[in-house]
Parts: sequence; C-alpha cells; structure tokens
Amino acid sequence: MTQLVIEAGRTEGQYWRDLWRYRELFLFFAWRDMLVRYKQTVVGVSWSLIRPLLTMAILTVVFGRLGKMPSGGMPYPLLVFCGMLPWLFFSMAVMESGNSLVTNANMIAKVYFPRMTITVSSVMTSLVDFLISGVFLVALMLWYRVSPPHAVLFLPLFVLLMVASSLGVGMWIAALMVEYRDFRFIVPFIVQFGLYLSPVGFQSSVVPEKYRLIYALNPMVGIIDGFRWCLLGISGGFLVSEIAISLVGVTLLLLSGIWYFRRTERTFADVI
Amino acid sequence: MTNTYLSDNAIVVEKLGKRYSIGRRRGTDDGMRHAIEQAVRSPLSWFRQRREEKQRGKEFWALRDVSFSIKSGEVVGIIGRNGAGKSTLLKLLSRITEPTEGRIRISGRIASLLEVGTGFHQELTGRENIFLNGAILGMSRTEIIRKFDEIVAFSEVEEFLDTPVKRYSSGMYVRLAFAVAAHLDPEILIVDEVLAVGDAGFQKKCMGKINDIAANQKRTVVFVSHSMSAIRSLCSRVVLMEHGRVVSTGDVDSMTSRYLEATVRSCTDHSEGAHVIFKAPIDAENERDFLLTKFELVDVRGEPKPKVSTWDAVAFRIHFYSRHQFQSGAVEFQVRTLDGVPVLRFSTQPDCKIDIRFDSGHQWIDCMVAELPLAAGHYVIAGGLTVPDVKYLCWSNEIGILEVHPKDVFSSGLPPSTGRALVASKNVWKSNNIASRKLG
Repeated sequence: MTQLVIEAGRTEGQYWRDLWRYRELFLFFAWRDMLVRYKQTVVGVSWSLIRPLLTMAILTVVFGRLGKMPSGGMPYPLLVFCGMLPWLFFSMAVMESGNSLVTNANMIAKVYFPRMTITVSSVMTSLVDFLISGVFLVALMLWYRVSPPHAVLFLPLFVLLMVASSLGVGMWIAALMVEYRDFRFIVPFIVQFGLYLSPVGFQSSVVPEKYRLIYALNPMVGIIDGFRWCLLGISGGFLVSEIAISLVGVTLLLLSGIWYFRRTERTFADVI
Repeated sequence: MTNTYLSDNAIVVEKLGKRYSIGRRRGTDDGMRHAIEQAVRSPLSWFRQRREEKQRGKEFWALRDVSFSIKSGEVVGIIGRNGAGKSTLLKLLSRITEPTEGRIRISGRIASLLEVGTGFHQELTGRENIFLNGAILGMSRTEIIRKFDEIVAFSEVEEFLDTPVKRYSSGMYVRLAFAVAAHLDPEILIVDEVLAVGDAGFQKKCMGKINDIAANQKRTVVFVSHSMSAIRSLCSRVVLMEHGRVVSTGDVDSMTSRYLEATVRSCTDHSEGAHVIFKAPIDAENERDFLLTKFELVDVRGEPKPKVSTWDAVAFRIHFYSRHQFQSGAVEFQVRTLDGVPVLRFSTQPDCKIDIRFDSGHQWIDCMVAELPLAAGHYVIAGGLTVPDVKYLCWSNEIGILEVHPKDVFSSGLPPSTGRALVASKNVWKSNNIASRKLG
C-alpha cells in the first residue's frame, strides 16, 4: 500500500518520485497544447512554417541586402534560418512556459500534481514546431546545394543546450510570474530585444573582437554559433570559449531555475 | 512508524497548521515595482520589514493545531461554518498546498475531488477531455482506456463524445466531469461539496456513487458538506471544525446537532431588535446590482413583531436593493429546517402571479401570512431575488434564523414543536363510532 507523509518543509524526496509517477502528464499536457493551439485557425499547422519563413525574409532583407552584413560564403537566407531555428524555439518556449502556470491557475488551485510537469511540457510543445522548421531547413539546404560538414554530429549537443536554456529561463519566469504578473510584460521585451541581441540576422563575427567574450554571456550566442558550425561549417572564431561560457551559463540557469521553482512551488496555490 | 499502525489508520493528522500572510502582495500595481523600489532605496529596512511581517501580524492561521485520525474504510464528514478551515484542510490533505507545521500521514492511494471538471479544456472534445482530466487526477493512460466505456456510460453523453465541451450544456459538462472523477478508484477519496451542481436526478446519482464507493467498496471517504442531510446519509463519524480548529469529533447525530446549535447562536444577532432576522452591512450594495438588505418580521399594522408563535398572523418584510430599474423580477424566500429541508416557500412569482417592477434603489415588500403553520423551533430563512424560472439575481441559503415560539394552539398542554412535527394545521375529526364524543 502506498504510504505518504506530508510534513511541513519535508517533501523534497517525495517530489522527485512524484515527478516520475506523473511522467505521463508531461505528454498529456504537451498533447493538449498541440491539439488546442491550432483549433479554429484556417491554415492550422502551417503557421509553424509561415512564421519562420516571414521572419527569415525580413531579416535577410534588413541585414543581408540593406545592412550588407558578411554571409561567410553562404546564401544569406540559409545563414539566417540556421540562427533562427534555435532562436524561435527559445523565444516560443520561454513565452509558453513562462505563462504556463498562470494560464493553468485554476488547475493549480484545485488539483495536486508536480507543477513542473506543466512548465516542462510547454517547452516540449515548442519542440514540435522546432522539428517542423527543421524539416524546412533540410529542404532549404538541398535547394542551395549545401551539404553539412562532419560537425553535424555535434548537433544534438546544441539542441540539448538550447532546450536546457529555455527550460532554465522558463522556470524562472513561470515561478516569478505567479507572484509578479509584471513578467507578462517583461517577457515580450526579452523576446523582442533578444532577436537583435543574439546573432540571428547576422554572424557574431561582426561584433568587435574585444567585446566577443562579453557578448557570449548571452547563452544564445554560443548556441546559435554552434548551430551554424554544425550545419554550415562556419564559425566566426571564439567558438570554443563561446560554447564553454554558454555551457556554464545554461547549467547555472537551469539549476537555479529548478531551485527557485521548487522553493516557490509550495506556495503557488496560495498566491496564484 | 510501523506498518501495523498505519494499516489501521488511513489518515493520521498531527498538529497540523497552515498560516497565510494577508495584506502583503495585494493590490495590483504595487507588485514588483514596489518590492524593487523598496529594496533599492533602503535594503536594510526592507529586510527588517519583511522579517517583521513574517514575525507578527498580517498573517493568520487558517488552521492550527489540528489532530485527528481516520480509520481505513471509514466515511467521515467534516462540518463547520464558512471560514472554519474545512477547505484549507482539504487542500492540505490533497497536497495542493503545503502545511506550515505539523504532519499528515496517509496510507493508500488518495484522490481528491475539490471541484468537478478541473482541467477540462473548452476547445477539446468530450473524449479528449476524459483522457486529459483523468491524467490530471492521477490516472494512467492504460487505466483510462480500461475504464473509458464505463465513464462514458455513467456520464450519458455518448452522442456528444466528439463535440468540443464548450458546446455542452452545463448539465452535460458536469455529468462528464463527475463521471471521470467517480472512476478514479482510489483507496481514499476526498470530496468537497461538488454535488451542489447538476439537476436533482444527477445529484442523486452522484450521492449514490459516493455511497457505493464508501459502503460496497469499503473505501475511506472524507466528505465536506454544508448539507446536514447529506452528512447524515453518508457518514459514520463527523469532525466538527470552528475557527481553524477541531472542536470535537464524534457520532453523526451529536455533531450535527452541535453544529446547528452553533449556527443558530451565531446567526442570532439582536443588536437591531429581535424582529430583524437579517440586516446587510452598510454599503454592502456598493458592488452589487441586486441585494437583500434587510429581512424583518412585522405584524398586521406594520409594527415590529419581535416574537412569533405558531399560528400567529405575521408579515415578512423584505427590504432589497436594485441598482437599476428592472422589469418583472420576483421575490422569493423559503423557510427551511436547520439541515436545509424546505418547509414553506413564498414567492411573488410564479406562485402569487404578482409582477413587480424593481425601481432603482431601496424598496421593501411584505409577505403576509394569516396563520403561520410552523411548529415551535428554529428555522433557516433562505431567499433572494429571481427572474422566475430563469435565474437568481441574488440568493442566500442562510439569510438568518427564524425562531418560532411555542403556543398551545390546540389547548392540549402540548404546544406543537419541531421535535414532533414541523407544521401544525387546524383540524376537525369526524367518526362513525357513536361512542366517540367530545371530552371536556
């Protein structure tokens, strides 16, 4: 017979066991979000293609044509799309997971389940969009007759890094948003500015060398440069240090995110 | 703790307490800005202030020092007035929030039903929602698939399984939601007053299902309700709570009558005079469109009538407020027993065919009863404003307590009282037996 002890401030071990017990819930939430997302839309799933395509077109025109940024010998749209793939995932995942607790407030006030499931699964939902865009990238590479270098084998590492960084930021924001709804307004800013602060529409090599390491403090810099290195074989130098900084940053972000989420989770139902 | 100890008790609660801080973090626009500003301006005093807030005031114990245990297979009711801490206790038992102090030991798979249909998504179909809701309540996918047909049959919505639930009627919605929850099959079931929904037939079905879980499947059930008749029909033992503490636990009859006595005591407020059964606080109408503001007893001349006895001529004067002018509303009230069974019902519509117009502002209306048929005892007044047969504009199940004083109406030395029968009616007897004649 299952035994359970609920004691003030002593539920840590129980929690991780529960997370495992409720593992199906990750999929259920992700499944729900996927089902709901394109209900009552005309073009449905196509939206997850239209968005990156339009963004790619605009960034190509602005940075490539008007800004005349260096393309590293690659077709500019391809360069942009490689950067956009992780960036769109990140922005989408952070927005969705950041809002995840507040949009499910009613559930949180009425049923028990490890709250982390809801935040994590909204990141997983964005992964589906990522895969769809990924297919499009393959098509784009075939079209431009660009074949990836051997470094493509490292791609999973950067995908992992990308997911981890979104999770870290998402957990922080989701937990903070429960108490401070201000983050509902802050997140769109992060996403909007982030697009220009990260090397999405351009290569990070256009940043002056002495600032490169500071620039790399934005964890997305290492991730985006990593994607371009794996897929197109171009790197603007400093790749190793960028990745190292990103790795450390993302680890810290994720661990602190989990810590803060857990710390505040016990009062979610009271505050939300 | 050894297993033998636990296998006997399904739930053991020890010195449980839950503290909420109030006042802090309220108000919409001094959220984070305020916190940051204060922290930046004077970090030291900010810290000190936060610590002080933690130490004193601005917090209250919704639950304190609560201890009790529930044996497995027992059906226990938790009763208490609003604010007694019942909901907090349920939230702690079902792990929605964590206790501030104390401990709960639970042995067995626990499921709680604090609300019907939590996690239902409007855009999803009935079928999809069964899966989603089941998973949220803690069922595994295979379990849901196994019980799917049973759930559908219980809910009676087969034909609409592939319709989004946003197109469901509220009755269908509730039926489906309860059906999922009812098939959770837990060893311990925690139920809040979720049954106050749906039509009477379905309510009965729900109660039957809970009864089945308790009696036939020998499961432990913790049941919170304001309805003493529901408590009486389901529970074998009752925990009575007041102001966040357990006042007493014991058998159903003694606990429910203690609760009702306490209800009468707290509802009887004679500051306005004994003829005033209820008076809303000043300014209560500020946020409302419709409101009962005062309920009083008057005699045929309209003078206050502090004492009402059986067969008295009495008028119930209902003062109410309507923000706007409103065509064809109705006033309705009921006299109920302390455990909520309606005895008398009075309404301008549909019963008396009086179409009244609410003017904007305060007004009153008298309901005159030539001969109040109630036996001596305490009754609860429930009532409100309605659009007849359509909806309630405002309604309260517990406006106040009506005390009917004993009067020996039959000159028998035995004034009718609720102990024997609720109503007393004039009556004449006739017999074909010559031997029967009038005594005295």
